[in-house]
Amino acid sequence: MHELSIAASIVESVAEAAGKYPGARVKVVRLRLGALAAVVEDSLQFCWELSTAGTPLAGAALAIRTLRVIVHCDGCGMETELDGVQSFRCLKCGELTADLRQGRELEIESIELEEPDKIEEGVEGQI
Amino acid sequence: MTTRIVELRRGILKKNDELAAGLRTRFTSAGVLVLNLVSSPGTGKTAFLERTLRELQARGARAAALVGDLETDNDARRLGASGAPVRQINTHGICHLDAEMIAKHLDGWAGVSLADLHYLFIENVGNLVCPSSYDLGERIRVALLSVTEGEDKPLKYPGLFNSADAAVITKIDIAGPCGFDRELALRNINEIRPGIRVFETSAKTGAGMEDWFAYLAAQAKPS
Ligand SMILES: Nc1nc2c(ncn2[C@@H]2O[C@H](COP(=O)(O)OP(=O)(O)O)[C@@H](O)[C@H]2O)c(=O)[nH]1
Ligand SMILES: [Mg+2]
Ligand SMILES: [Zn+2]
Repeated sequence: MHELSIAASIVESVAEAAGKYPGARVKVVRLRLGALAAVVEDSLQFCWELSTAGTPLAGAALAIRTLRVIVHCDGCGMETELDGVQSFRCLKCGELTADLRQGRELEIESIELEEPDKIEEGVEGQI
Repeated sequence: MTTRIVELRRGILKKNDELAAGLRTRFTSAGVLVLNLVSSPGTGKTAFLERTLRELQARGARAAALVGDLETDNDARRLGASGAPVRQINTHGICHLDAEMIAKHLDGWAGVSLADLHYLFIENVGNLVCPSSYDLGERIRVALLSVTEGEDKPLKYPGLFNSADAAVITKIDIAGPCGFDRELALRNINEIRPGIRVFETSAKTGAGMEDWFAYLAAQAKPS
């Protein structure tokens, strides 16, 4: 159950980033997870709710984008996106390759904040 | 209300990765080869390490081990019998070791100085999933698999096997009775991590250990 540790790390990063925008509420946290990242999505969603309950992040959605494995083939120089994680072969020439170009990501891509509209100082008087 | 998108592009485990990078630098400058051993519970990590530590000591190499378990210091006591310095890390429910635990247990490890060691082995918590995301600053990650576990383990846990630098098949002394299909296991390992070095060993009889020691010696040589 390392999803709990992962969720806790996300909470920490997001709280820190959102802290720079006082008054803002975090609506969505977007993640990029490689197919090899060994994270179970349902389990992470569950742990996210658990970790954010009762905090300013409560109710924020976790939007997860799963990235397929991409390997580079030394034989033909091609990069191929693989369908699964059961075999690391170039789809073009069938060669096995250990040169991974995508698939291990464990990343917070962005956060979406909702901010109260600011009433700029001095603007009121001018209208 | 207005919506604002803030791009972060930040590794979720950035803190661990940074700590691990610091440890790696420390290990490199101390000239100690660090290996992280990962497998299911019961694969034979402790037995394999017992034999490894004992044998390295006998050859005059200085080796030490950190051993992670949810609870108990049984493994540390087993490994300590080799005479090598061993320290237990109890994670109390956490299913993997992380870089912070390693850093904490290196500090104040009585009588152990990294610069005096040739090898530091880290036995991770028995688990094939969670440890694969946590860099411990090791130079070599070793995935272990016993002949009793089924030849398709690498296919079931590609996240770990794909991140490994070496693989060890353990308990080959009982491969026969277990109906272990060696060719299939090797093929599956190679399918997930093409070109990886594989050692076929028995901690009980010592079979296959010579290759492993030759590999360790070659890896420990300053390049
Ligand atoms: N026959 C045989 N049994 C082994 C071997 N290595 C370990 N075992 C047994 O497998 C069980 C688990 O071993 P252990 O080293 O504690 O596994 P760990 O949980 O991965 O550390 C123990 O009962 C060991 O005696 C081996 O090479 N041959
Ligand atoms: Mg053990
Ligand atoms: Zn190709």
